[in-house]
Amino acid sequence: MHPAYSVIFFTTASGAGYGLLALMGVLNAGGYLPVDRWFGLTGFILSLGLITLGLLSSTFHLGHPERSWRALMQWRSSWLSREGVIAVLTYVPAGLFALGWVILEQTTGIWMIMGVFAAIGAAITVYCTSMIYASLKAIPAWTHELVSPIYLVLGLATGGLILDVLLKVYGKPISGLSVLCLMALIVGLVLKLKYWKTIDKTPPATGLASATGLGGIGKVRVLDKPHTSENYLQQEMGYRVARKHAEKLRRIAAVALFIVPIILVSLTLVAPALAIIASVLAFLTAALGVVTERWLFFAEAKHVVMTYYEG
Amino acid sequence: MTSLPESTESKLGLVIDLDICVGCHACAVNCKEWNTSGYHAPLTDVDPYGADPSGVWFNRIHTYEVESASGDSQTVYFPRSCLHCEDAPCVTVCPTGASYKRTEDGIVLVDEDWCIGCKLCSWSCPYGAREYDAQEGVMKKCTLCIDKIYNENLPEESRQPACVSTCPANARHFGDLGDPSSEVSQMVKARGGYDLMPEQATKPVNKYLPPRARQTELANISNNAKLEDASPEGGFLGWLDKVLSD
Repeated sequence: MHPAYSVIFFTTASGAGYGLLALMGVLNAGGYLPVDRWFGLTGFILSLGLITLGLLSSTFHLGHPERSWRALMQWRSSWLSREGVIAVLTYVPAGLFALGWVILEQTTGIWMIMGVFAAIGAAITVYCTSMIYASLKAIPAWTHELVSPIYLVLGLATGGLILDVLLKVYGKPISGLSVLCLMALIVGLVLKLKYWKTIDKTPPATGLASATGLGGIGKVRVLDKPHTSENYLQQEMGYRVARKHAEKLRRIAAVALFIVPIILVSLTLVAPALAIIASVLAFLTAALGVVTERWLFFAEAKHVVMTYYEG
Repeated sequence: MTSLPESTESKLGLVIDLDICVGCHACAVNCKEWNTSGYHAPLTDVDPYGADPSGVWFNRIHTYEVESASGDSQTVYFPRSCLHCEDAPCVTVCPTGASYKRTEDGIVLVDEDWCIGCKLCSWSCPYGAREYDAQEGVMKKCTLCIDKIYNENLPEESRQPACVSTCPANARHFGDLGDPSSEVSQMVKARGGYDLMPEQATKPVNKYLPPRARQTELANISNNAKLEDASPEGGFLGWLDKVLSD
């Protein structure tokens, strides 16, 4: 599939933003976070900023961005619509949570509950994002059962790494959060390796035999193409760059997104003097890694319609 | 509303006979001609006479070679277009309601005035039936020529999709596949018409008829031993046969 940069930025940025928002809501409910106006303000600017920029960028690849509000209408059947609706709804508790924390300096009672609602909304939104892709049967690699868990755990891990940096910069590090980030990264690595292994060894369910229905007669092969230059389908669904370099790119994604951040976050636990610089580097490499991972998620996935063109 | 109708009053669709199709691309050309001034007008072309032309087409005609176990091979021309599926994934993924399936005849359509151009419907279609118009920023697809099949200004015999009207080999047929007594349903029954990619569970309305079995014994012309005498009765041909055989 063609990896549109706006969609890669949208899924990774909003994933991290929702991860950060959810952790702020949950950890605040547990009373772990400093009730500091400036800490809260930075956290909300980063989380709601990433979410908003991500959602806006997802409208850039539309043919008619000015009509994008209509995408909220068909939540009964469409995961894209559901995602839009939940994303908009989540702004309500998230905004109140931010209002209480930053303006009123209140993070308990009703304000705390708003934070918990924002966390629930964040998790559902990321799940809906993953289901936009996981519900497309025509792209078999995306229908894998691990696609949604991976989206969720990567949002948690990248959002967690941002919060880890913030807490360290504000001089209130929480070692439990660093451990949580480590766990999310390790789980993410295991799930992603399992995902890659399964999609590699799953034989395609669709070949020219069933695509043309001629398999009963014999072996079908492409003799002549229907047109001489590429059409929309080949440009949109027939992306080949990643399939050519899949192995190398997977290694880059695994090292940058999981292995280096795991080492760096562990370092922050044993060497507090290096905590800030190591946690910043952990986030930066993970950001590079998650963009590579998401780019691969799109670019590696083969659409069954290409069977008609490539056999 | 992008939920699919529970059932449709009829199931209008096409039956494409792969035994007869000669791969002339007339269906694609006439479809383009009709539809570029019809419901989805225009079917935009980009750089049509240049080095890298592209454009919106609702029919694409592929060519395949099928080789049987005994080594016989045959060429099969394969027109590909929207199958107007009963469980059309392109309808349910649409976030706006622009993509819908009509209750009255089962035709799957895009309302261009509502389409936001997110392309998700084209991603969801296993058959590549939808082609995005980058100039207009909306998705376009086969309409089964709704502006032709119901058009009372046309003589009755012309109220067929453009691809069907124009097919010089009569390889394309149009009718109600929901009515078991219709001509197209009878044809599907008699010839073993089938669905494309049944594993995708989209329940296509359009059916394809397989090429008829080959008469393989007649095709075997390379064996000289089987050649009969040119003229067993003698005469001029018998004499010529004898002279040339020596």
